[in-house]
Amino acid sequence: MFQVWYRNLKVWLKHLQASLIGNLGQPFLFLLAMGYGLGKSVPEIEGMTYLQFIAPGLVASAVMYSSAFEATYGSYTRLSTQGTFEAILMTPISVYELALGEIMWGATKGLVAGLIMLLTLPLFGVFPAMSYVLVIPILFLEGAIFASMGLIMTAIATNYDFFNYFTSLVITPFFLFSGIFFSLDAITSPLKEALSVMPLANVVILSRSLCYGKVGNVEEMLFEVILTIIFTVFFGALATYLLKKRLIQ
Amino acid sequence: MGFKEQQGEVVLDIKGLKKVFGKRKVLKGIDVSLKKGKCLALLGPNGAGKTTTIRILLGIVIATEGSIRVFDLEYPKGLKGAKFKMGVVPQMDNLDPDLTVFENLIVYANYFRISKKVARKRAEELLEFFALKNRRSEIIQNLSGGQRRRLLLARALINRPELIILDEPTIGLDPQARLLIWERLSDLKEKGTTMLLTSHYMEEVERLADKVIIIDNGTAIARGTPKGLVKDMLGSEIVEFSDGANRLDEIRKYLKGCDIDTEIFENRLFVYLRDGCKELDSLISSFSHVTKRPATLEDLFLRLTGRKLRET
Repeated sequence: MFQVWYRNLKVWLKHLQASLIGNLGQPFLFLLAMGYGLGKSVPEIEGMTYLQFIAPGLVASAVMYSSAFEATYGSYTRLSTQGTFEAILMTPISVYELALGEIMWGATKGLVAGLIMLLTLPLFGVFPAMSYVLVIPILFLEGAIFASMGLIMTAIATNYDFFNYFTSLVITPFFLFSGIFFSLDAITSPLKEALSVMPLANVVILSRSLCYGKVGNVEEMLFEVILTIIFTVFFGALATYLLKKRLIQ
Repeated sequence: MGFKEQQGEVVLDIKGLKKVFGKRKVLKGIDVSLKKGKCLALLGPNGAGKTTTIRILLGIVIATEGSIRVFDLEYPKGLKGAKFKMGVVPQMDNLDPDLTVFENLIVYANYFRISKKVARKRAEELLEFFALKNRRSEIIQNLSGGQRRRLLLARALINRPELIILDEPTIGLDPQARLLIWERLSDLKEKGTTMLLTSHYMEEVERLADKVIIIDNGTAIARGTPKGLVKDMLGSEIVEFSDGANRLDEIRKYLKGCDIDTEIFENRLFVYLRDGCKELDSLISSFSHVTKRPATLEDLFLRLTGRKLRET
């Protein structure tokens, strides 16, 4: 598993610059446009300026984008044109280790993107509280969830165009409706409840609360953490199963 | 221990191997046995089941039926252990295009849990052995076909395998590049490496293989040493009459006293000779387009699997 992870790390380090800028571009620009631009004409939400409100959520979205893209475009390239997966399966590495290595790698890339986003927040006058350290493992799990979703798509994809569905029907809705840009309280029940238990929404809640040192309802926080773990296990297992089905005849 | 050493002679033991893809029966019960230090070649037309057999050994294809033992490790449980002792040169180039020549070897070594220090040392040795030292930091894209094949071989040896699987190792190479690979493989064989080879180059098989199995439609149709098989199944010589088909009866009658076998393909007549035949020698002079030559493995292959193009 770590061997697969290491292989991807080694390749990534060779193209570090392009990779980082590519992954960070979108959330960064959103923070700039929405936070600075739009934020000027938006009133405070839950006692925060609009920029303060959206910044922690955009950290979570940077993780999602980076992980999901790595496990689709990146993994699919390794699966199809490059034959990397087949080369790996000729060695003692099993298909399970391969799948877990790919998920771990996607999660790692997601975490790196999230952390860099986090480090740029002070440039916008947002200074995360120390309690944010607790969010870091959650961001890694979030990365694993979206890497698993991406790998599921990779396992059933027949070409790159297939990922357009994933991006426009899964990733973009998550980005827009996970409470990053507006409080989910604005939506009526039961849609509100449904949206708030989706992956990303739970991480956005944790990210925002702990960024500003507001732990609030411990029970609710714990619920979000458990939800994240359940998603990780479920999507991870499904991705592994489907990848095995694709690669082993 | 004593028992193990006795058993250790047989590196590969496959019995009754069957594989069904949907409705297509690719392997219909094949037995393969390979002794330590020997080279066994699997021959057969495209789609015969050679690559499927290899992919089963690698665990990429799961057998429908049959028993597989590699180094006394019973599949499927022993698969991982067996793979630590195997090296593979695949038919399709799957070198890592994201990495350099040297990195390809180092990263691959890591899949076998070989320490970095050992991996570096082995990689240097292998680059030297396969004349790739000057290309050390090159990316894969810039390598020639021959260099890629050599690197694939080097990669297959990074774990010091006891069994190497060569799936058409010199496919698409020029004669010089092929010769270099044959020399290296002969070196390895002399050192006692066991090999499982598939190839469509009969010269390659005659050079390297101690034994051959000819596979067609998922069944083993002949097995033996390359020379012995040709001699037993075909004879020593072949006479080819390029326009002999319409004079078949006449020729047969004339050669009645000889131990021969005939085959017609399109307009050509092939006469397979077991022993010398005086009548034939005199017959040859009365035809304008005749060639007489020693029988080869290629002749046997075509005789057994047919001369027609295979649509798979």
